[in-house]
Amino acid sequence: MTELECQMICELQKDLSIVPHPYAVVAERLKISEEQLLTGMNAMVGRGIIRKVGAVLRHRRVGFAANALCVWKVPLERVVEIGEMFASLTTVTHCYERETCPAWSYNLYTMIHATSRVVCEHQIEAMSLLSGISQFKIFYSTKELKKTSMRYFE
Amino acid sequence: MDMAEEREILDDFDRKILHALQYDFPIIPNPYGYIGSLLQAKEEVILKRVSWLYEQGYIRRLGVSIDSRRIGYVSTLVALKVVEGFVPAVTEVINSFAGVTHNYLREGEYNMWFTAIAPDQKSLEQILHTVREIQGVDVLLSLPAKRVFKVNVKFPLITR
Repeated sequence: MTELECQMICELQKDLSIVPHPYAVVAERLKISEEQLLTGMNAMVGRGIIRKVGAVLRHRRVGFAANALCVWKVPLERVVEIGEMFASLTTVTHCYERETCPAWSYNLYTMIHATSRVVCEHQIEAMSLLSGISQFKIFYSTKELKKTSMRYFE
Repeated sequence: MDMAEEREILDDFDRKILHALQYDFPIIPNPYGYIGSLLQAKEEVILKRVSWLYEQGYIRRLGVSIDSRRIGYVSTLVALKVVEGFVPAVTEVINSFAGVTHNYLREGEYNMWFTAIAPDQKSLEQILHTVREIQGVDVLLSLPAKRVFKVNVKFPLITR
């Protein structure tokens, strides 16, 4: 990454202004042109550094009150197939394969956001049926203790 | 549109805007004008509504989301068994790390789950080491990702 790209990320991770030309405001702080910034951003989108641009909502406030972490014990040779299957579902916001350890052999992780626990449960039942994976554990969140966005290069 | 009105519930137009802000926010000079063109509304109307939605706390972030792995940062998901009664004290220490971005109490044998991000493995290990030593932390599992199938924290608010 170039020095300028690091600086761009540093400024872009602050919230955009709600004004007609929000990127121009960021460009001004960086002392570059708006066009340079937009070109740089598009390049970083292309390389997967910028995952998305837009709003992250407070999910509870907009009606997605239930949030379940569901972990699955999936045979290694089926991880890709089932990971992709789970990832294709709208209610699944995160899907990761993670390392295991002797005390913990669950290897596929899904985060499910839905309007209620009942909807989460139905979704998880469907996922179990679709995949044939019967060994799973559900961890519902009961309290959000911290939720922020990472600040890079600071 | 009268923005002075006190509203507790989102109306259809709010939902359309929140949806567009998640799915259709463009990298062009006038993104709010573009969203206005999608919703057949004037840019200034969109700006007022977005400001209101932001002030009311419906929007947590408005900007770019970065893939930490692509810029060389390392991360992990940590599951803890925290002894009852120690949760507030443990929370305070864990939340004090800038690299801890999400921390949740959850029902189940592992009752606290947090994510940690750091510029290098050594800094990440330091966080884990500190957490392991907190009084009340019974078991700590660090569960780094091997493969990412999906990260897409978007909530559909309209049906198309």
